[in-house]
Amino acid sequence: MNAQRSNIGLAVVGWLVALIMFFPILWMVLTAFKTEQTAFSTTPEFLFSPTLESFRTALAQGAGYWHYAFNSFFTAMVSTLLGLALAVPAAFAMAFYPSKRTDFTLVWMVSTKFIPAVGVLIPIFLIYKSLGLIDNDWGLIMLFTAMNLPIMVWMVYSYFRDVPKDIVEAADIDGASTMQTMFRVILPLALPGLASTGLLALILAWNESFWSLTMTDHNAATLAVFIASFKSAEGLFWAKMSAASVLTVTPIVVLGWFAQRQMVRGLTFGAVK
Amino acid sequence: MAVVELKNVVKRYGGGLTGKAARSEEAPAVDDFNLVTEDGEFVVLVGPSGCGKSTTMRMIAGLEDNTEGEIRIGGRDVSDVAARDRDIAMVFQSYALYPHMSVFENMAFSLRLKKAPKSEIDQRVNEAASILDITHLLDRKPRALSGGQRQRVALGRAIVRQPQVFLMDEPLSNLDAKLRVDMRAEIVKLHRKLGVTTFYVTHDQTEAMTMGQRIVVMRDGRIQQIDTPNALYARPANMFVAGFIGTPSMNFMKMRVGDDTRSLKGETARFRAGDAFTGDLLDSHRGQEVWVGIRPEHLQHHEGDAGALENGLSGTVDVVEPLGSVTMVQLEIDGHRITAQLEGDTRARSGDTITLTCESARLHLFDVVSEQALARQPVESAATA
Amino acid sequence: MTSEVTAKGTGTAGSASGQGASRRRRAPVKRLMAPAVIFLLVWMIVPLGMTIYYSFQNYNLMMPMMRGFAGIGNYAILLTDATFWDALGNTLVLVVACLAVTVGLGLLLALLFNATFIGRGVARTLAISPFFVMPVVTGLIWKNMLFHPVYGLISWAMRSLGLEPIDWLAHHPMLSIIIMISWEWTPFALLILLTGLQSLPEDQIEAVRLDGANRWQEFRHIVIPHLGQVLYVVVMLESIFFLTSFAEIYATTSGGPGTATTNLPYYIYLNAFFQYDIGLSSAAAIGAVILANIFAIFLIRFVAGNLNAGSAR
Ligand SMILES: Nc1ncnc2c1ncn2[C@@H]1O[C@H](COP(=O)(O)OP(=O)(O)OP(=O)(O)O)[C@@H](O)[C@H]1O
Ligand SMILES: [Mg+2]
Repeated sequence: MNAQRSNIGLAVVGWLVALIMFFPILWMVLTAFKTEQTAFSTTPEFLFSPTLESFRTALAQGAGYWHYAFNSFFTAMVSTLLGLALAVPAAFAMAFYPSKRTDFTLVWMVSTKFIPAVGVLIPIFLIYKSLGLIDNDWGLIMLFTAMNLPIMVWMVYSYFRDVPKDIVEAADIDGASTMQTMFRVILPLALPGLASTGLLALILAWNESFWSLTMTDHNAATLAVFIASFKSAEGLFWAKMSAASVLTVTPIVVLGWFAQRQMVRGLTFGAVK
Repeated sequence: MAVVELKNVVKRYGGGLTGKAARSEEAPAVDDFNLVTEDGEFVVLVGPSGCGKSTTMRMIAGLEDNTEGEIRIGGRDVSDVAARDRDIAMVFQSYALYPHMSVFENMAFSLRLKKAPKSEIDQRVNEAASILDITHLLDRKPRALSGGQRQRVALGRAIVRQPQVFLMDEPLSNLDAKLRVDMRAEIVKLHRKLGVTTFYVTHDQTEAMTMGQRIVVMRDGRIQQIDTPNALYARPANMFVAGFIGTPSMNFMKMRVGDDTRSLKGETARFRAGDAFTGDLLDSHRGQEVWVGIRPEHLQHHEGDAGALENGLSGTVDVVEPLGSVTMVQLEIDGHRITAQLEGDTRARSGDTITLTCESARLHLFDVVSEQALARQPVESAATA
Repeated sequence: MTSEVTAKGTGTAGSASGQGASRRRRAPVKRLMAPAVIFLLVWMIVPLGMTIYYSFQNYNLMMPMMRGFAGIGNYAILLTDATFWDALGNTLVLVVACLAVTVGLGLLLALLFNATFIGRGVARTLAISPFFVMPVVTGLIWKNMLFHPVYGLISWAMRSLGLEPIDWLAHHPMLSIIIMISWEWTPFALLILLTGLQSLPEDQIEAVRLDGANRWQEFRHIVIPHLGQVLYVVVMLESIFFLTSFAEIYATTSGGPGTATTNLPYYIYLNAFFQYDIGLSSAAAIGAVILANIFAIFLIRFVAGNLNAGSAR
């Protein structure tokens, strides 16, 4: 009986916390379904007749949502794939054929994450300007890749380290070359780990705003730039802003819901089994 | 099939992540290993944990470099040959099956890498599967197999290769006792059938004795003795081998060699060394202490008076362990704990004082300092003398 | 090096050279690491070097004629610029406060969600959602629909309770930023700490309970040491992200009012993109790199200490 009661108490507290945390998102979703008048009122309305009007405006030709969404999708996707293509071989070499310098290289790679973006902002801006890479999808992709690579290497490395060394040796003895071992034995085995690494990279790239805001203008501008353009809305377009935000946030939040467990496993860098 | 030769092979670990200098001070993991197998021989490496068995095996496989010395397989120096080009197959203690491949794919993997024709792959995998009786498992993934079945698949993967040499590193240690005995016999049968030179690592001396044509006993990276099972049992080269081979272990007592160079005296125990030992050696130990080794199964219960015995020792029984066909009896004699394996229906009881005797030909003598066996004539001639 | 020799695949070297096998393997393996290493060199280290170079140059895009070696001129200007010191202070306040809030709250919530109750899975999923929200969106939603002094939800709630509504971003700008960032990152701490808690072996807890430990002792002596590693990961990753907070500020206060919420990234952004002063902002960027490295060293020492303590036990 007592346990039952404390269980209910816990449930109440747990759900209360969950709702408080989730509330801003919920409020954004609700606002997206309001008219601009109901959205902008001193007494918030919780019950109202929902309208798709704001979504219609946000998705309309000329509003440009699809342009930005395509850029976000393209840059996030390609930088994730590029990041995996770079991280996997490096992590493979370090995990299965360690040398004296492996530890150093690994720490060095991760420590580049401690170089804040602003530390390289100016040269990159100047170089990109002279190469015509400003406001260019590929310029952005390279930056996203560089930004995520250290974390990706470490995550993949920690997944690879969980593969028993015996298996690599068995492949070695079975006659597999280094490349064959990687592609035919290790990659299929570590696929779930690679997938969650990719998901995290995708989420980080999608949500990235610093480089998007500083390095793009229109052509390569991502959803972050699109949303930021509502910065001076001052109450006029709250419903429309919410609708655009919902369209921006939903794919990634849903992806995050499904991937939460696997992502965390890799993010703890093997500190948690 | 091939002859494997190891000449003065040394392995030192280190030079790794934590500084070369500190490590090179350490004793080598394998030191001065010399062995030439016969073609198709079944060689067992045995020794306590950490003695360098796996290291030796991994050097033959090419998974580890030998620091010094030379390894030849089929006459070819393999020092610069990668593991995958050595034409050897290995069975791992953990089995190391590829978890994402079916049993069939596990066994076929090496052939696929060689780009063997499909028909040949099918034929060789099926043949190996039927030898090991795992045909019905071919479509399963390793995780859907029992330990014993995985073990068979691991063996199958090695057989399919038709390699020059099999290497097996404690392949049975993850199986339960009964399965282990079955698989033991099966591996021996398989070896007889295929006739491939095989190295087999174990730390279980029963496994070594029942399987090996020759046994290499190792300790702290050094070979103690290489011999057939019978010879190891009958003529252990030193106290370590004597104690390691045979269950229960050999008893050891410190005794003094008498002036006649034949009699051995403890506080109460006494033996006559007999003709099995060459006189000269005992001469050199005249008046000195030696270790006397007696296997428990060579001790007999003497019902009569102890005083008249040339070979006899008496003591009070501590523990009696009846095992059915035999009874183990433990006594304390002259400060040494002695185990004797007596008849199953022995009347000895805890607290009794009993007298034990042993044929002089069955005694083993060891130098106290070097712990090496004192040379003796072959057991056969001693027994008939 | 010596690997070049064996890479050619000569089979005649004999046994004199001990480390044959590993040398055989190492050559292609180096090539596997090269792309990642080169990529990071080109995109991070080379630009970092250039930033250092620029920081010693007179270089303003608006005054192309006035180029040349500046010595420590830029740094001198920086150190006498009150805004820079404000930015530095703001960065530190932001990082430390957000770390304290997210780790503290994250730990509490992790303990809460580690208990079983009805619908725990769904509740947890809702609670961690903020982590996946784009920072720009976070900024706009909080600024407009929650913090707005008239039409914001918080103001309405305060009015309903008979309180005077607050203009959050105007009067408590830093606190507002800290609230927003903590809202995003508490879920991250929660998620990772929860995973850590769930990996705690059942038998350890049972053993200490049998020893008669109470809840607090159990927490203090079993749970916290077990979480050590995981806490470290949380603190490390969070400080990396907190040090470079940008979007939340960009979307809400734009560094103001005054310099109240200008942190180092925002300060550099303003100097580079609005003053066009490459030299000065490069010098400030080097300051940011140094600050990040101070954190890095501090954190590495922290973990090294942890490891030693672990092995001593
Ligand atoms: N990779 C390594 N680096 C450093 N030392 C090692 C390494 N592998 C083994 N050793 C050391 O070499 C010695 C021999 O190890 P090995 O694995 O060959 O023993 P083993 O006889 O197979 O033991 P077991 O029966 O426990 O498997 C041990 O002292 C071990 O600590
Ligand atoms: Mg071993």
